[in-house]
Amino acid sequence: MSTAYQAMPLWVLLSSLLAAAIIFALGEGHPRLRIGINLAAALLKLVLVGVMLLGVRAGHEFIVRLPLVPGIELILHADALSMLFISLSAILWLATTIYAIAYLEDSPNRARFFGFFSLCVAATMGIATAGNLFTFFVFYEMLTLATWPLVVHRGTSKAIQAGRSYLCYTLGGSAVLLLGIVLLHSLAGPQEFVAGGTLADYGGSNPQALAVIFALLITGMGVKAALAPVHGWLPTAMVAPAPVSALLHAVAVVKAGAFGIVRVVYDVFGIELTQSLGFAEMLAVVASITIIYGSLRAIWQTDLKRRLAYSTVSQVSYIVLGVALANPLASIGGLVHLVHQGLMKITLFFCAGCYAETHGIHAIDELDGIGRRMPWTTAMFTLGALGMIGLPPLAGFVSKWYLGLGAVAGGQLWVVGVLLLSTLLNAIYFLPILHRAWFKPPPEADDGLAEAPMGLLGPTLFAGLAALAVGLFAGFDWSPLAWVELLVEREYSP
Amino acid sequence: MTEALPVLLVFVPFLAGLGQFVLGRAAPWCQQFVSGLNLILVLLLSSAVVHGDPVIADLGGWGEPLAIHLQADGLAALMLLLTAVLAVAVSLYAIPAFRDEPRPAWRFWTLWPLLLASLNALFLSRDLFNLYVTLELVTLGAIPLVLLAGPNKTVDAALRYLLFALLGSLVYLAGVALIYAQAGTLDLALLPAALPEGTLSGPLAAALIITGVLIKGAILPFHIWLPAAHGNAPAAVSAILSALVVKAAIYLLLRLWTGPLEPLVSNGAGQLLGALGATAILFGSWQAFRQSRLKLVVAYSTVAQLGYMLLFFPMAVTAAWQGAVYHGLAHGIAKAALFLAAGNILYYLGQDRLEALRGIDRPLAVSLLAFGLAGVSIMGLPPSGGFTAKWLLLSASLQTGQWWWTTVLIAGGLLAAGYIFRVLRLAFLQADDATAPHHGPVPGPLMAWTATALALLALALGLISAPLLDLLGEMPGGTS
Repeated sequence: MSTAYQAMPLWVLLSSLLAAAIIFALGEGHPRLRIGINLAAALLKLVLVGVMLLGVRAGHEFIVRLPLVPGIELILHADALSMLFISLSAILWLATTIYAIAYLEDSPNRARFFGFFSLCVAATMGIATAGNLFTFFVFYEMLTLATWPLVVHRGTSKAIQAGRSYLCYTLGGSAVLLLGIVLLHSLAGPQEFVAGGTLADYGGSNPQALAVIFALLITGMGVKAALAPVHGWLPTAMVAPAPVSALLHAVAVVKAGAFGIVRVVYDVFGIELTQSLGFAEMLAVVASITIIYGSLRAIWQTDLKRRLAYSTVSQVSYIVLGVALANPLASIGGLVHLVHQGLMKITLFFCAGCYAETHGIHAIDELDGIGRRMPWTTAMFTLGALGMIGLPPLAGFVSKWYLGLGAVAGGQLWVVGVLLLSTLLNAIYFLPILHRAWFKPPPEADDGLAEAPMGLLGPTLFAGLAALAVGLFAGFDWSPLAWVELLVEREYSP
Repeated sequence: MTEALPVLLVFVPFLAGLGQFVLGRAAPWCQQFVSGLNLILVLLLSSAVVHGDPVIADLGGWGEPLAIHLQADGLAALMLLLTAVLAVAVSLYAIPAFRDEPRPAWRFWTLWPLLLASLNALFLSRDLFNLYVTLELVTLGAIPLVLLAGPNKTVDAALRYLLFALLGSLVYLAGVALIYAQAGTLDLALLPAALPEGTLSGPLAAALIITGVLIKGAILPFHIWLPAAHGNAPAAVSAILSALVVKAAIYLLLRLWTGPLEPLVSNGAGQLLGALGATAILFGSWQAFRQSRLKLVVAYSTVAQLGYMLLFFPMAVTAAWQGAVYHGLAHGIAKAALFLAAGNILYYLGQDRLEALRGIDRPLAVSLLAFGLAGVSIMGLPPSGGFTAKWLLLSASLQTGQWWWTTVLIAGGLLAAGYIFRVLRLAFLQADDATAPHHGPVPGPLMAWTATALALLALALGLISAPLLDLLGEMPGGTS
């Protein structure tokens, strides 16, 4: 294998980083050229990711090392878990870019927006391919910094408030994370991500120190993963434009947190050590509390995007729960939810954006009869919502099914209760929306067909149908589920 | 050949400054040539140092112990490199910045090469007396530069600066005199062996020297001259002062602490210096957060950032050594970028009150980008030189078991994020009316891009630390 081929993670990273640099350099002029470059970069990335996907499946090794600080390297390493996250982000980046171009048409500061957007995706690529905690942290911080200008993009005082809340949470979280990483580094030296973890030797000699480190790492990442009680920034940040919400909720930010937790449990501590030290149980409890709490809060929200935001708080914790249950079946359920939740939630946020842009609808009680005016958008919303509830054979059902199987297999029956309760709550906060949209009469006589413009509707249809497909065709060879099964098999077989 | 390099580094800028003084008119292009040549000379010197022993120039060939030596080791080479890079950037920036004001321009183009020569000489000196002389020259070059913004604005600040600087010199000189009385030599290399042990005047001399340097370095509680002086000087000058002049004093402290003063100082003294540094970090950041003028925010940030370098003294291991010096580099580059960016904002608005920054995003996009990027390094977030330095200092604090510095380091980063984002936030706020009032032209590309280039360099320092830390080497006299 040539070095250039091995360095694929770097090219994937650079494809968005260079796009960001060019967009910044172009400035506000040349909108057509900017759009062209942006789309070309997104497509190029998709091709590169496709090549890498084939490579990883064939067992090729993709790794780049760059010495950074004495004794510490910046490592970009693509393994099966990275590919899960990268593929999701690359595909959704393309969809979100198209959506955002239509969404922000004729609004000011677009170059700034798309520049930072590309930077966010570059950071996400770095997070996904990070080969050690240090590299992970570098890109994790880059993501924080690159997302902030997007959250405050509108420049209203509400947006600035949301930005402040976002920064307080995430920078606080990263300070905690950094402390954890430095402590781990001083205890055990530089650790690379290796399936099964590398800390088994320290489990006997230093359990307290490991407990402190684990708590610091999980808290630091839990802020981005919006684990209760450090989820507060996420609902506030919904004032940002719809494509940014998509980015926060599906493509990058909360996923980065959840992904980090997966890495810490699988590839730093190892499942066995996490379990034997009793950390897994605690993590499962925290995740369960977040699942229930997020759903409960969602019920009382009257703003559509805010309700969706609390729904994310709840749904992302499925990923954490799957990992914390520490058996292969539950892991499959959790990891596959990384993809499933992303697709479903981006569909929902795209729809919310369509409603807001086309008819100025923000509150849930304004949705009466919208199904007649925007049938396609509402159909996609329905797919997403039913998927979230977990109606078979949609994507959410697949995740919950495996989580449930895992809980039973692990003898943790209370988790099944959590799953059932959560499904019930999901139904309580989603079904009334669907009822309003399809069965209530529109408020005015004017109920002609008025769909969102194609630039918004296209990506929405794509995301919705993708969410449908990953559920329907979960049994196929190239489905996310198949990929996750392969991954978990590699993780659990020593 | 390499022996000539230190001599050239001192005399080339010196003669250039003198020439302009004699001619009586500004020659900005001459300075571009000098700063470029200076950078090439420093690069040659660094490559000589990295491949072997220190480069020593023996002026006049008198030999020990009479000679005046100029010596470049890793630490000196790094400081020279920082100075040379900033000299190129600031000299370019100053062309448009001083274009319309002939009198201040002439003073700037005369004094700046002289200051550059003094800084180079300071980093290359290796006896206590020459260090005193060069430190004085640096101060005497810096104070008139502060006055360039117009005497009615800065005369108080400059006067206060002068008084503190003189006090610092006196205290330092008293310490040097005490040392000379006992040891009979001032050569840094000969001093450790020549100092008699067990006397009281040795530690007293050390205390005086350290106090003198702390006053010059604006370390809390001697910082009170700094914000006014750095906050009111022209942007190019503020950049030089914050990035280089105060750092020269801290450099001296690092140099002396690990050299001749090592047998004289105790662990307690190190902890005391660390405590001063920690207080500076917390207090300076807090003050920066409370300022209502942009340049004062940046100036107080300097007070805070200098504190990080003092954290070396209580830990005194190689990781701390590398961290402190690297912090000096990263802060120098990033702070110069911040001051130049702030200067552009001031140039455009005609004032730098923070509330005037609302919605200035569009015309100053590049300068704001520079401010933000440099801010990343100041906050110590990756990837940046500031992060690398913070990582090294954090590792050192855990390695030595002095966890209290860990909390200071983390808290300092969060506070820095507070004051940097407080500024950036305003730029993102939508202005009430589309055309915000401003009193100056949009800064030209040269002014905007020198700031951005420096900011990008501050980030790049996070990726290229390996060769630079190689050049620096291990802590002198250290075991770990």
